[in-house]
Amino acid sequence: MSPHHYLACMAGILQREWLRFFLQRSRFLSALVRPLLWLLVFAAGFRAALGVSIIPPYSTYITYETYILPGLCCMILLFNGMQGSLSMVYDREMGSMRVLLMSPLPRPFLLLSKLLATALVSLIQVYAFLAIAWCFDIRPPLWGLLAAAPALLLAALLLSSLGLLLSNGIRQLENFAGVMNFVIFPLFFLSSALYPLWKMRESSEWLYWLCALNPFTHAVELVRFALYQRFNLTALLVCLGLWLLVSLAAVLTFNPQRAAVRG
Amino acid sequence: MSIQVADVSFAYGAHRALEQVSFTLRPGCLNALLGPNGAGKSTLVALLSRLYRLQQGDILLDGQSIRRHPRHALRQLGVVFQQSTLDLDLTVRQNLAYHAALHGLSRRAAAPRIEAELARQHLLERQHEKVRQLNGGHRRRVEIARALLHQPRILLLDEASVGLDTASRAALNQHVRALCAEQQLTVIWTTHLLDEIHDADPVVMLSRGRVVASGEAAELVRQQQAADLTQAFARLSANALEATA
Repeated sequence: MSPHHYLACMAGILQREWLRFFLQRSRFLSALVRPLLWLLVFAAGFRAALGVSIIPPYSTYITYETYILPGLCCMILLFNGMQGSLSMVYDREMGSMRVLLMSPLPRPFLLLSKLLATALVSLIQVYAFLAIAWCFDIRPPLWGLLAAAPALLLAALLLSSLGLLLSNGIRQLENFAGVMNFVIFPLFFLSSALYPLWKMRESSEWLYWLCALNPFTHAVELVRFALYQRFNLTALLVCLGLWLLVSLAAVLTFNPQRAAVRG
Repeated sequence: MSIQVADVSFAYGAHRALEQVSFTLRPGCLNALLGPNGAGKSTLVALLSRLYRLQQGDILLDGQSIRRHPRHALRQLGVVFQQSTLDLDLTVRQNLAYHAALHGLSRRAAAPRIEAELARQHLLERQHEKVRQLNGGHRRRVEIARALLHQPRILLLDEASVGLDTASRAALNQHVRALCAEQQLTVIWTTHLLDEIHDADPVVMLSRGRVVASGEAAELVRQQQAADLTQAFARLSANALEATA
């Protein structure tokens, strides 16, 4: 098998993911409605209650909507990462996972291609969300939108890998809802997505530490800094290291036997 | 292509699904793998298609171990699973293009093969229809076209006729036999429907994870002094049960 074969295979997996995304317009809409509700309704209500002081990467006072924008971008990535893993469990139960596994290319390559495909589809949704936010006058710097692309991709890969790792531990589709509640909500709320960590520290030291150690916080901060063309080395190293670690664990714990039908 | 299953055993925890299974398949023709539900046929299919890892024994394709050369094995193998694995929301062509890409075929290389296989299955004019719109028999044909896209030398059909009406079953059986003759394909046809087997077909009979007989269908009937293959299989299964009791 030459690099040409690998490229053709990856292109096929990306195309299928794109086709499925294109066909599931309701999935796209719900992925947009969720963060938009937070941005336009929740943030409007909380704007008065939460004052945000000048903290990096911002050089001036900002509105609450501006503060939560990177967190909501990462919320889309988080939900998509988990939804990607849900579709892996679904594919496994419906049998279409077997089509993927019958490829003669190495299985780690197939899984990583699938993760990349999920991440790229997530990116499209994030930029659609940013475009709508732009229309409502919530505008990060134009060049920041470009600078944030690699940060968003890394965050998307990290969260998709986490989703795959979780799906490896799930035996049946029905078990997935519980995992979503135990993973998505703690990751999202115990992070800097909705409130700066110094605010959290004011109310509880141990909650602050939980938030500071949460990988999702680092994904949010990586994106936040990139949107303002600033570089956050700690967030980058944490996200990169965790992505490698989680991907490796996801590939190693993937069990093709689950895709087969016993008889 | 020759296929040799050598001393294969497989267990799901404490439950032994296959017990020292050994047989050799005849190249270039339809080889029937028979057995009732739970005989171990699907486990054997999962081992052949590398969905399960071999625990004991080996499977050799033209003398090459699939344990040592799993990717070589997958290149030689086209599989139609009992449960449909087509994406119902994609078109026939999109399903085939996805499979071709997974086998490393570029779009340009895949296009003529997709058209040739669909034409062979008389499905070319339906290539842009969603799979959901096709009936069971046509879906099976799409799966066969898909399994042959990467030009495998072995076609493995796992209970592929289950759920089809009598006419579709007969047509599918006839079609696969034609493929054997045209392309010298080695076909493994697993079934519990014995009327799908012809007298001259090489047969391997499984019962409770063991091979109870192998040979030409007509020869097995003669050996068992039975009226037909169904009776021969019933006698062989009963003998096997007695032996293990």
